[in-house]
Amino acid sequence: MNSENAVFFSRVLTELTLTFHIIYATIGVGVPLMIMIAQWLGIKKNDEHYILLARRLARGFVITVAVGVVTGTAIGLQLSLLWPNFMQLAGNVIALPLFMETFAFFFEAIFLGIYLYTWDRFENQKKHLLLLIPVAIGASMSAVFITIVNAFMNAPRGFDVVNGQLVNIQPILAMLNPAMPTKVGHVLVTAYMTSAFVLAAIAAYRILKGSNHPYHQKSLFLFMKLGLIFSLAALLIGDFSAKYLVKYQPEKLAAAEWHFETGKNASLILFGVTDGENVKYAIKVPYALSVLAHNNPFAKVTGLNEFPKEETPPLYIHYLFDTMVLIGMFMIVLSAVYVFGMNRNWKFISSKWFRWLMVAGGPLTIIALEAGWWLAEVGRQPWILYKYMKVADAATTSEHVDLMLILFCILYIILGIGSVVVLRRMFIRNPIEQEIADRHAERSGDVR
Amino acid sequence: MNLEILGISVLWLFLFGYVIIGSIDFGAGFFNAYSLLTGRQHILTHIIQRYLSPVWEITNVFLVFFFVGIVGFFPKTAFYYGTTLLIPVSIGIILLAIRGSYYAFESYGSRGHKGYSFMYGASGLMIPAALSVVLTISEGGFVSLQNGKPVLDYWSLFTNTFTWSIVVLAISAVLFISAVFLTWYADKANDVGATSLLRKYAMIWAGPLAISVIGIMVELRKHNPEHFHRMINVWYLFAISAIMFIITVLFIWKRRNYGIALALLIGQFAFAFYAYGVSHYPYLLYPYLTLYDSFTNEAMATALVVVFILGFCLLIPSLYLVLKLFLFDKDYVKGKEKGHV
Repeated sequence: MNSENAVFFSRVLTELTLTFHIIYATIGVGVPLMIMIAQWLGIKKNDEHYILLARRLARGFVITVAVGVVTGTAIGLQLSLLWPNFMQLAGNVIALPLFMETFAFFFEAIFLGIYLYTWDRFENQKKHLLLLIPVAIGASMSAVFITIVNAFMNAPRGFDVVNGQLVNIQPILAMLNPAMPTKVGHVLVTAYMTSAFVLAAIAAYRILKGSNHPYHQKSLFLFMKLGLIFSLAALLIGDFSAKYLVKYQPEKLAAAEWHFETGKNASLILFGVTDGENVKYAIKVPYALSVLAHNNPFAKVTGLNEFPKEETPPLYIHYLFDTMVLIGMFMIVLSAVYVFGMNRNWKFISSKWFRWLMVAGGPLTIIALEAGWWLAEVGRQPWILYKYMKVADAATTSEHVDLMLILFCILYIILGIGSVVVLRRMFIRNPIEQEIADRHAERSGDVR
Repeated sequence: MNLEILGISVLWLFLFGYVIIGSIDFGAGFFNAYSLLTGRQHILTHIIQRYLSPVWEITNVFLVFFFVGIVGFFPKTAFYYGTTLLIPVSIGIILLAIRGSYYAFESYGSRGHKGYSFMYGASGLMIPAALSVVLTISEGGFVSLQNGKPVLDYWSLFTNTFTWSIVVLAISAVLFISAVFLTWYADKANDVGATSLLRKYAMIWAGPLAISVIGIMVELRKHNPEHFHRMINVWYLFAISAIMFIITVLFIWKRRNYGIALALLIGQFAFAFYAYGVSHYPYLLYPYLTLYDSFTNEAMATALVVVFILGFCLLIPSLYLVLKLFLFDKDYVKGKEKGHV
């Protein structure tokens, strides 16, 4: 296998690992917050259903966290195994957030273990709630730090290159790079949003399958409401991200929007196909790209033709951009209609077809999540370290990456199937009705 | 003390932490599978589950901490070890992944899956074998530079007796550490059956451990004389370790002072581990990479040390809390509380 192949297989393996990992990682970031909110509502409203919701969420969370942890370990090591040249360089500048991420992860792991195994040890539920705070903080902080590493790859700074050597390294400045605020913000709120919509989808599904327990109704309403809040935040921060791109990485936005010629009054392109120059079958929204880029319908937007061909990302990222934005918009509308409909007693929101839409919302949000990450990552091709190091120069020279790719493929199939089977079994064998009955039986047993 | 030494000492400490708690974990999986095979699982399973469940995730973090830390403090290791270790470490990751996630699947999802328990036990022995290859490679002789790129010679690695003596050491150490720890834990739980079974395992695995250590000394003398002589220079550290080992075995044999035996166990491994590390100095990968030419820049090193200290202020109390709740809490250890979510 020559080194070109090694680069290709390294890219595929990294993409495969991350694509698989981010599903579990995103749930791992969002769900602790959901558990915390449920537990807090349960205490505040003195409502057993919310406490049970927290408990059941925590139980399922263990399974997703396990897969998240092991695949996270995999990508952590793969960074060095597949991209040794990049890690050697980046280790000099960006080791700090990587190191901090491990601390956040450590902190979360410790308190998650305690939370799970002290369920009935504290008389006072508030004490138990306190244990969740470090879990949620640890989960979110590890997302923050690891996203900072990714932001650095998009906007490297905090060092100077003199004669090929890195000098004047400033770790903090490298962390506080210009891509950091929008990246971190978008990753966090979309993680919360994804978790909320996935959990809402489960609740909607249970209702559709005939369980009309108030538990599911409450949980559906709670998660749709949270989903609405976080998807609005995602929209806002997504808009900031576009403005960031205009300023710092214009070729990414231009490629995502198939905006070839620099010009004023730029229109936004929805759907369509392109041969690299002309765009066919697209819906053009006049002035919208100028608005997106500069908040001004008449502003000039730099086109893709301004950049050297070998430094522009592939044009298919347009489809990823469309997918992400469309699903995001759809989820905002869907959750808004549901939440307002609940307040005004609209009938159709309890109809079957509307509930199926909410069920679809779960997987759709995950698709948007993947599309968004692919857009962000493929959009900075050919760079691994924007303007400093190309992907082709960073990969390993080892000859066995293709074999490893096959092994990891098998691993992810096993983990994916295993986690779904176990989660399904866990909740189907012990539906909420059963759990409430058991709980009451146990309580009366105590009295006797 | 300069920052290089501080950096490697801290990382070595974390690797040591992983060796101890990872061994307990790997060994526990093996003993569980073995007891299943011999129809004695009712004796061991509860004790093992009660210890492993709350700490299973923490164990993994020690490993992550080590490999993130080493790339942070010594970025060049990413280049040398990253390029050469693709296969052994990838296999290690895959085994760890299957083991870790299926542990969670079984303990929280569906209990009592037999085939899974065997896989769990077997992988627990294969992981230390896969990861201990790193130690072998660090001694030099298996990696050569071709066109400025490090290349690992798999054939000479696999046909070398030194490699295999390290593997034997890793496996017997895992089983010995685990058995001693679990003997103590079972004794705390007043579980007579489990204590005597685990005590037997500890006695069985003490022998191979001692023999493989001697074997390694012989092999190392041949393979890397420089390192061997540095080890001889700190012979007294190894002597302390050996004395601690003998007392541990003695206590276990006499069925008393399991707590002190456990402390001595940790002591003997700490001494041996640090003596090995000190004598490896200054090489990270003999003879290409030393501590000094791979060290990160000063600004990053200072930042890492500061974060490290702050992080520790957070972790030590938290770890103490875990120990207090699950290791030193009598009711929990005896299984009187069923606290799982």
